[in-house]
Amino acid sequence: MKSSQRRILAVVVCMLAACFTAWAQSPQNGQPTNPRIKLATTTSTEQSGLLAYMLPVFEKKTGYKVDVIAVGTGASLKIAEKGDCDIVLVHARSLEDAFMAAGWGSERRDVMYNDFIVLGPKNDSAGIRNAKTAKDAFAMIAAKKAIFISRGDNSGTHVKEKDLWKLASLAPSGTWYKEAGQGMSQVIIMAEQLDGYTLADRATWLAVKGSAPGLSIIFEKDTDLLNPYGIITVNPAKWPHVNIAGAKALMDFFTGPDGRSLIESYKIGGDQCFFLL
Amino acid sequence: MAQAFELLLRGDAETWGIIGRSLSFSFFATVFSLIPGIPLGIFIAWKPSKGRRVLASLIHAISALPTVVIGLFVYAFLSRSGPLGFLGFLYAPAGVILGQFFLAMPLVASVTYTGLAKLDPRFKETLETFGTPLLFKFSATLREAKTAVLSSVVLSFGRVIGEVGVSMMLGGNIRGLTRTMTTAIALDAAKGEFERAISLGLVLLLIAVAVNVTVNGLAAHGR
Repeated sequence: MKSSQRRILAVVVCMLAACFTAWAQSPQNGQPTNPRIKLATTTSTEQSGLLAYMLPVFEKKTGYKVDVIAVGTGASLKIAEKGDCDIVLVHARSLEDAFMAAGWGSERRDVMYNDFIVLGPKNDSAGIRNAKTAKDAFAMIAAKKAIFISRGDNSGTHVKEKDLWKLASLAPSGTWYKEAGQGMSQVIIMAEQLDGYTLADRATWLAVKGSAPGLSIIFEKDTDLLNPYGIITVNPAKWPHVNIAGAKALMDFFTGPDGRSLIESYKIGGDQCFFLL
Repeated sequence: MAQAFELLLRGDAETWGIIGRSLSFSFFATVFSLIPGIPLGIFIAWKPSKGRRVLASLIHAISALPTVVIGLFVYAFLSRSGPLGFLGFLYAPAGVILGQFFLAMPLVASVTYTGLAKLDPRFKETLETFGTPLLFKFSATLREAKTAVLSSVVLSFGRVIGEVGVSMMLGGNIRGLTRTMTTAIALDAAKGEFERAISLGLVLLLIAVAVNVTVNGLAAHGR
């Protein structure tokens, strides 16, 4: 073998060795038998930074490792229905109830709530600042055909948005109504770029507002805008491979004293964004 | 832009983890893809029959499919509700590597085949005439078509290290597990953290250039 070929072979072998060493996880004492928990959740819980704040505490305490798949409420529940995760943390009560009724979840608990806000351009072209209710604000946006960015992805936020349009007896359509099919942060940035309105959860807004300086909260604080989160373990009767011990441990953490105090103490820029249920 | 460089140089553990992960996923996917890819390319080039030409067109077509499409098909198989769900590859490194394998393999085969088709036909005749054993034929062909084979390695590595469709769909962009440079860039851009996205993009660019330069250097040296 020529010396150049030998060199190449040596490099390849070293790379392989390095990669495998990086991957080899020596089992530690006291670790649970199945240490990985797959949590499917919304983009708001991840992008607001709440999970990055809470999960390391849980992982250190229990030895579990939580794999977070952040896709949106509708998608999370669908992933659970297909057996590809162990537990979901979502915020669309109607979808959650349907999920439980169909037998996909073994247990559901309330976790926390935050609220939705209507973001819009600082000049409030649709004049919704003094609307009486959220559905009135939506009706005014539709009447003015002001640009509105919808999540369009069956997320918890999207479900709430659709509920509000229904309350206002409207079916929005037209070039002013843009269905983005993206996560919360992306939609907020899109709304700013297009000088439009959008419905957002307060936590993601607080986390992202630095990147969207042209937007501000135009309408808020209506009981219709409350946004409760639920946590549901996937039913092992439907999917036997589910890490039910891990899922239960994570659910207990979120609804137990440790998790609850973390939720209460999580602040973005000094503002609390999630409130206990 | 300056902030992007600064972020890179400061280099926190998470960022380096993401870079290392991208490199190892794509490295393994490329290496694995060579095993069926190169013999397949040689097989098609050896006896250009009608059937093999159809196979070649099929492979060309697959190698040009959008990554999300390939990701979607592999997802259907790897989901727990699919036939290969028991493997537990979904939302794990193995799933990303498998998906990238399917991206790389057709490309390896089609580039190898195209390169071999340019070989002097007398080379093949010579090998056939003497009734040489298969292994010798294979290694001799490889040596003759070294440039084609090296190009296929570069191109397939390039295809997989820069792709986001398969990584996102099969890996789930899980922090600390399957977050690669491309999915991290997508997330950072979505969150408006463009500086971080750009710094990762620069690393990606550097890697692409480095791989190209190295392999082209090897090819030139070998000639």
